[in-house]
Amino acid sequence: MKAYKIIVLAKQVPDTRNVGKDAMKADGTVNRAVLPAIFNPEDLNALEQALRIKDQFPGTTVKILTMGPGRAAEIIREGLFRGADGGILLTDRAFAGSDTLATSYTLGQSLKKMGKIDLIIAGRQAIDGDTAQVGPQVAEKLGWLQVTYVEEVIELKNDTVVLKRRLDRGVETVKCKLPLVMTVNGTAPECRVRNAKLLMKYKRAKTVTELQKENEDYTSLYNDRPDLNIPEWTVNDIENDATQLGLNGSPTKVKSIENVVLQAKDSKVISGVDAEIENMMIELIKSHTIG
Amino acid sequence: MANFYTDNSELKFHLNHPLMEKIVRMKERNFSFKDEFQFAPLDHEDAMGNYELVLEIVGEVCGEIVAPNAESIDAEGPQVVDGHVIYARGTSQNLKALNQAGLMGMSLPYKYQGLNFPIVPYIMAADIVSRADAGFVNIWGLQDCAETINEFASDEQKEKYLPRVCNGDTMAMDLTEPDAGSDLQAVQLKATWDETKNVWLLNGVKRFITNGDGDISLVLARSEPGTKDGRGLSMFIYDKQHGGVTVRRIEHKMGIIGSPTCELVFKNAPAELVGSRKLGLIKYVMALMNGARLGIAAQSVGICEAAYREALEYAKERMQFGKAIIRFPAVFEMLSTMKAKLDASRTLLYETARFVDLYKTYQHISEERKLEKEERDEMKHYQRLADIFTPLVKGMSSEYSNQLAYDAVQIHGGSGFMKDYPVERIYRDARITSIYEGTTQLQVVAAIRGVTTGGFLNRIRYYEAQKISPQLEYLKRSLIILTDEYEQAVKKVVGTDDNEFIDFHARRLVEMAGHIIMSYLLLLDANREESFLRPAKNYITFAKAQVKANAEYIRVSELSDIGNYKFEL
Repeated sequence: MKAYKIIVLAKQVPDTRNVGKDAMKADGTVNRAVLPAIFNPEDLNALEQALRIKDQFPGTTVKILTMGPGRAAEIIREGLFRGADGGILLTDRAFAGSDTLATSYTLGQSLKKMGKIDLIIAGRQAIDGDTAQVGPQVAEKLGWLQVTYVEEVIELKNDTVVLKRRLDRGVETVKCKLPLVMTVNGTAPECRVRNAKLLMKYKRAKTVTELQKENEDYTSLYNDRPDLNIPEWTVNDIENDATQLGLNGSPTKVKSIENVVLQAKDSKVISGVDAEIENMMIELIKSHTIG
Repeated sequence: MANFYTDNSELKFHLNHPLMEKIVRMKERNFSFKDEFQFAPLDHEDAMGNYELVLEIVGEVCGEIVAPNAESIDAEGPQVVDGHVIYARGTSQNLKALNQAGLMGMSLPYKYQGLNFPIVPYIMAADIVSRADAGFVNIWGLQDCAETINEFASDEQKEKYLPRVCNGDTMAMDLTEPDAGSDLQAVQLKATWDETKNVWLLNGVKRFITNGDGDISLVLARSEPGTKDGRGLSMFIYDKQHGGVTVRRIEHKMGIIGSPTCELVFKNAPAELVGSRKLGLIKYVMALMNGARLGIAAQSVGICEAAYREALEYAKERMQFGKAIIRFPAVFEMLSTMKAKLDASRTLLYETARFVDLYKTYQHISEERKLEKEERDEMKHYQRLADIFTPLVKGMSSEYSNQLAYDAVQIHGGSGFMKDYPVERIYRDARITSIYEGTTQLQVVAAIRGVTTGGFLNRIRYYEAQKISPQLEYLKRSLIILTDEYEQAVKKVVGTDDNEFIDFHARRLVEMAGHIIMSYLLLLDANREESFLRPAKNYITFAKAQVKANAEYIRVSELSDIGNYKFEL
């Protein structure tokens, strides 16, 4: 049976699911200080898909690639606690301010450095930006096939995979060759919980930056246990064109951010004839309720 | 995200008891496992950190998966298909989650792929799981049986079975038969040695077997033909993979419906002998039962926690006569007394778990090296304490779980009688705790030795000698007075030297000791953490009334009165 090399793309995001009144700053940006940083939920669905393949095909390795500030190493630890084999944290000031284009460029350049990969699995989208662009863009950068909205891996045999996609109006079954980028839908099975033994084993997994900051007492441990070192890659670790990184490489410009609070105060009854429905749509788009 | 560990700071408090330093050091053999096992702790803080992190996982699985599944499991229940048990869907989900989380075989040694946890954090996990679903904790908690294999089976058997338990195989202990319930000496299931196959074969029927279709079962069977008592019984391991046992039916029960209670038919089921022949009941079942009793105590405490929380929440929300019902003295008195009983049961549970930890760990160490005299004395000391505290905590906490479940329904009023609220299930689930693994009456039979030999009194004097802050001294003084009353009652009853009279008052005496011990433990908790002052005070008030009532009953009772209670048959 074949063993696969899988990379899971994961992001640490502010928990926007339970926002309080301080969630937005006055200038309309997200107030990250009050929102706990969590493993992006659909990336956990993605991790679960990877771990299921690992359960099924012994010898398969699952590694996590994440980009973010130093504290995003937590994402890699969370992965280790659930059964991932390791991970890499992409962290550098030069990456700051990346939009989806710069992010996918940076991820793509990193992936190229990671040797032969069979499968890249990412969550459909992150709950902070909700763009669903990074997965597909990474596939484009690598020139790989991509399948989005995956809910289930129906069959994996040698270099062929059969996937179930969850779409708005039903499901679609896709047969596809590896290597492949797939993005996983939130309707896919939830990720398994952390494992006690792995937690005990990897609770001290740290990046060098974290070790320097925390004055860890057990320094000798890190020489004996290389698996506790979470590698950090900076801009110097990947081949790159500086104009495509970070803010420079991000054409997306945010004009303004508006905090839309939906408040239904009254109800309107419409009869259901086409004209009335069309009017309602126009009205809703105008008021930014939809669109 | 509901987490049943982090939302209950009292668990952390009990986990961090000062005696844990010694327990952990012994259990980890001075932290010497770290070179061989990467997940073994480096020092005390590291070990305690591990317990906390793992209990957080337990709390998460229980809050997010086990508790939400409890209702559907209760409605669906397990079934028998082709002689085997199919769990309710929620039960399978729970088991899968706990297994993926690595929470099976928690207390087993590292070398068998366990977590080498002391009993205290393991029992704490049981406490948490039970709060989530008291029926489910039965299945999960049967991993206890592995302790008996670890204690008495051969190395070969340990290597064969224990890693399987750590990887999710469920267990069962097959003791009860139609004519052997409380009286296990009457067990008849036959074990015969088959010369040609070179294996023991089991034939007969077992009844009321929790999780009877588990992967690995410990079976009590008669290996000595012609014998009639406990000395003819041996202990066997039956491995479901070999076949030979079918489930004839699952009982229809009042509560803990998700836990399949099976009637089993053994037909030439191959089995392995554990330890020595003839010691099945006398030695191994006693150990098995003590472990199981502590487990039922944890189950009871978990039920108390669930019942109290449900009642508290309802009482805060339910408005009558223009205000929340919790504002009425009749209701807040009930709730606070419930809380006091919950805290009293829990502090006694962890005290007992520490005794078990200390003596069992010494026992295991004694297999590796000769114990020093001091260590041997200490082992015996804690073993004696564990022997009397285990039935005490099982008896007291299971009765309290019933009382709390009753009161929780009462606080819900008519709604509590409906299936719309979890208290209805909690009430049914609680009922079994004071019956199985020995009824309360049988716990009293086991615990009365602590009364007659002075074991409880010695321990009470030990608590009395502990230094506490001056503000708490007045509470201690009232406990010293209660202890005098207890001593006098014991003197009177035991002084008659009449076994029937002692049995007649045994429960009253054991409960008096229990009330005083739990009061002291809460007082010591309050001395360590201020938040326990309220339950401590409330419990001591309650205990005073109970102890005095029992004392008065005994004071006016004469030997000659017993006839008045007897029935002519």
